[in-house]
Amino acid sequence: MRTIACRDIAATVAELFQQANWDLPQEVCTALQTALAQETEELPRTVLQTLLENATIAREQRLAMCQDCGLAVVFVELGYECHLDGDLYEAVDAGVREAYAKGYLRKSLLADPLDRSSNTGDNTPAIVHVKLVGGDRVRLHCAPKGGGSENMSALWMLSPSAGREGVIARIVEHVAAAGGKPCPPLVLGVGLGGNFEKAALLAKEALLRPLGQPSPLKEIADLEQEILQRVNATGVGPMGLGGRTTALAVHVERHPCHLASLPLALNVQCHAARHKSAVI
Amino acid sequence: MSTPSRLATPLQIERIEALRAGDTVLLSGEVYTARDAAHQRLLQAIEAGTGLPFSLEGGVIYYCGPAPAPPGHTIGSAGPTSSYRMDPYTPLLHELGLKATIGKGDRGLTVRETCRRYGCLYLIAVGGAGALLAAKVVSAEVVAYEDLGPEAVRRLVVADLPLIVAYDAHGGSVFPGDPPLPSSEGRS
Repeated sequence: MRTIACRDIAATVAELFQQANWDLPQEVCTALQTALAQETEELPRTVLQTLLENATIAREQRLAMCQDCGLAVVFVELGYECHLDGDLYEAVDAGVREAYAKGYLRKSLLADPLDRSSNTGDNTPAIVHVKLVGGDRVRLHCAPKGGGSENMSALWMLSPSAGREGVIARIVEHVAAAGGKPCPPLVLGVGLGGNFEKAALLAKEALLRPLGQPSPLKEIADLEQEILQRVNATGVGPMGLGGRTTALAVHVERHPCHLASLPLALNVQCHAARHKSAVI
Repeated sequence: MSTPSRLATPLQIERIEALRAGDTVLLSGEVYTARDAAHQRLLQAIEAGTGLPFSLEGGVIYYCGPAPAPPGHTIGSAGPTSSYRMDPYTPLLHELGLKATIGKGDRGLTVRETCRRYGCLYLIAVGGAGALLAAKVVSAEVVAYEDLGPEAVRRLVVADLPLIVAYDAHGGSVFPGDPPLPSSEGRS
């Protein structure tokens, strides 16, 4: 059994959320460069150039790349052989509180969803998902999630008769209808199977995968490619201004499901696919 | 690449009418930030006849809730939020003299019709480019609804804020999927 200090968890969370907000992952910048090379029209090119320039300014000045510094989502992989010396949720919230104060990040959380003046003031509480894993380490994955793209996410309990084509069509139609609202080019996290809540969680987890890394399952990797091609054929384009790049990547996570069901969740991520992780 | 048009506040109708959807613009002057909660309060103030915290005449509203300003900065990251959420409020504000809104994403047909009817613009900034856009803000001060935090109304003075005309004053839209507007009933 290894003892992990909650103050170390808090300090790590504080660092990760600040980094995530000003340092766009290199693979996202590379994907934006690739997209730029493929666009021929002026407006989509202008958008992609602006986003790359923005990423550089944010990184150099340690300034939040987007004013929506997100809801603080934390995935914790907790080793069975760890002993925490305090409350994990309090430690995560302490880290979030410090990150959003010290990093001059916008606090976007309302205590009461129906009261617009109830901002919690420190962007807590975080949304924390804990998974127990083998070993004596803790892996923290911090993902600030913006509201504009989250609003365009959806969950459907499809009829099993919808099949593979029904799954693809539902996603493509939904992304086309969302247009420029979720700040394309997007990253699409898809949860296929499970049940109502499992599908949604899978869709969120799918976004944690490094951008563009295909599923290790061949049939799922093929599904990801087909969804990506068809989403990009919609012509929504960067910021909805038309073009070839509506999504940078599609990540699908699959889980067994009830024979009467075909749950499908789509978690839409804007181009600011911000996440950072660390192991303690 | 085409050269952006320069635009200054308060917006003049001749300059507005010369622009077409898809044109790029560099905006300078005063804009006021307002998002969902501030729009609710603006509407309440209009209904109650208690006066607005800023003049709408020739004015520009920026759908933006900036991040806090780090030391040495005028403002934190300051990009646009999704505009469609403010659609219910926009026609009345244009009727009362507001000349342009700035946000991101497509909006309902009513807003496009309203832009044509009152000779107004819907402009878009690049969503997620908050660090770059913040560098165009010369000054920022809260002028109303401070209790709303990031959603308070701020007066920003901007210099060469890079924007794209999304809806012009003639019914045009930059978004490829938008259908043509039904024929005009003429400008009010």
